[in-house]
Amino acid sequence: MIEIKGLTKRFGKKPVVEDVSVKIESGTITSFIGPNGAGKSTLLSMVSRLLNADTGEVLLDQNNVQKWKSNEFARRVSILKQSNYINVRLTVRELIAFGRYPYSKGRLTAEDEKFVDQAIEYMNLNEMQDKFLDELSGGQKQRAFIAMVIAQDTDYILLDEPLNNLDMKHSVQIMKILRRLVDELGKTVVIVLHDINFASVYSDRIVALKDGKLVKNGPTHEIINSDALRDIYDMDIPIQEQNGCRICVYFNSHT
Amino acid sequence: MRKNSTKLILLAVLAIVSILLYAFYDIKGGFDYAFPRRMIKISAMVVTGIAISYSTVVFQTITHNRILTPSVMGLDSMYQVVQTIIYFFAGSMSIWVLNRYLNFGVAILAMVLFALVLYRFLFRADKHPIYLLLLIGMILGTLLGSFVTFLQVLIDPVEYLSLQSRLFATFTNVKADLLYISIGILLLAFIYGYRIMGKLDVMSLGRENAINLGVNYDRMVMNILVLSSVLIATSTALVGPITFFGLIVANLSYQYLVTYKHSVLILGASLISIIALVGGQFLVEHILELRTTLSVIINFVGGIYFIYLLLKESRAAG
Repeated sequence: MIEIKGLTKRFGKKPVVEDVSVKIESGTITSFIGPNGAGKSTLLSMVSRLLNADTGEVLLDQNNVQKWKSNEFARRVSILKQSNYINVRLTVRELIAFGRYPYSKGRLTAEDEKFVDQAIEYMNLNEMQDKFLDELSGGQKQRAFIAMVIAQDTDYILLDEPLNNLDMKHSVQIMKILRRLVDELGKTVVIVLHDINFASVYSDRIVALKDGKLVKNGPTHEIINSDALRDIYDMDIPIQEQNGCRICVYFNSHT
Repeated sequence: MRKNSTKLILLAVLAIVSILLYAFYDIKGGFDYAFPRRMIKISAMVVTGIAISYSTVVFQTITHNRILTPSVMGLDSMYQVVQTIIYFFAGSMSIWVLNRYLNFGVAILAMVLFALVLYRFLFRADKHPIYLLLLIGMILGTLLGSFVTFLQVLIDPVEYLSLQSRLFATFTNVKADLLYISIGILLLAFIYGYRIMGKLDVMSLGRENAINLGVNYDRMVMNILVLSSVLIATSTALVGPITFFGLIVANLSYQYLVTYKHSVLILGASLISIIALVGGQFLVEHILELRTTLSVIINFVGGIYFIYLLLKESRAAG
């Protein structure tokens, strides 16, 4: 289990994340939502040890993430950030094979190849696996990176706005794949989302941040209602039920 | 696309041909006299070539920039400062110049210390991006360069001529014993390098992806900065500063061997540099009959290639 305890991070004097405590339940999709600048990405970076917290700690299986051996941690938790600019010529398959680095140190075994094949299969990248990354569109590139994280085969998968650059079709595809990862393989997914409707339809739990502080934390149905959303976004957001999905219709709300 | 192993074999053959040509071409009369001398020169070029290629490729990986060389950190200027100060205060007849171990040792030590101090105080990967370090290195390099010029105007003209010969890269006056020390340093660097090749490959994916894959990125950046400084310091102390060379061979290697594997890239760059240095020196000595020097050619060709790279990068970015 991942446990976030009293986490604070300041950039200069301004606190970006302030005294946030959350438990991430295993075997669920947890979405981090909130307005721009709420500290969602920063929080995710601290959970994945990309960034050191000023105070507080993040525990993975009761051990502080900073104390984990880098390589051991990489077999348990993976993180994918928003911007992935790479100036090396890599094929899609080569990139995905990097996901096996924590296990094989670059010398792929037959088992590693199997994981790579599976990840390619999962993300539907069969046809373009031998293409170079710089020949792909933004969305295809994004899927290749997600495949790398899948090949890493960690219990926890942290994704920072993975739907950026993606059209509706691919966004839905990716959310469905994440759902399968949780339901079929028992993974735990933590995801920063901008589109609140994706959070509503696909996640089990929602953590809402605002100005660096935790404002809501609970099962999805407790958060997706007009009262809770007003606290998070300062907007009146009507909710409509559609085939059992709660959709937030915020497009013409008063702000 | 041809396979990289074929390309590497081709490069290796060319490198060996250059070496054999240089070693045996037109070796009239005193074979016993000429041959050992040529071998020392060849070894010096091979050692420098490998050191510069190796350090440039790893440096470009950690800076994620293909038009930088480790010399932007001001190491070359530090070398000039050391030599100029020695000539200014002690003179060309002092033990600091005549004892070559001492001169070599002091030069390497000064450059590595300079680099270490710079990194120690400035480099906090989690706080500042590496570009701050580079920027300050560049500014310090310029400062040191101006300081050197200042001392050089004051120096005795005869002394200055002798100093000048040390500030240009030359393979003609390399001493065998210093060569052995350099080979030793290079071997150590390769033993370390053998263990980090995989990590380097991962680091080319950027800091966040590398940390995700379990590489201790910030510490590795520090180690590699030190590694490339030691290599550059060694080659500079051995033959003098070569500015553009690393940049050319590293980029030729990326272009020719399209791969992310550092073991292949470094090997390729090293072979290209051997071809360029030994083959180039052969041309200069036997075809151009010493009407110019190799470093002039390298800087000329390097400068043109650098402009080409800048144009290419700006087009890619735009």
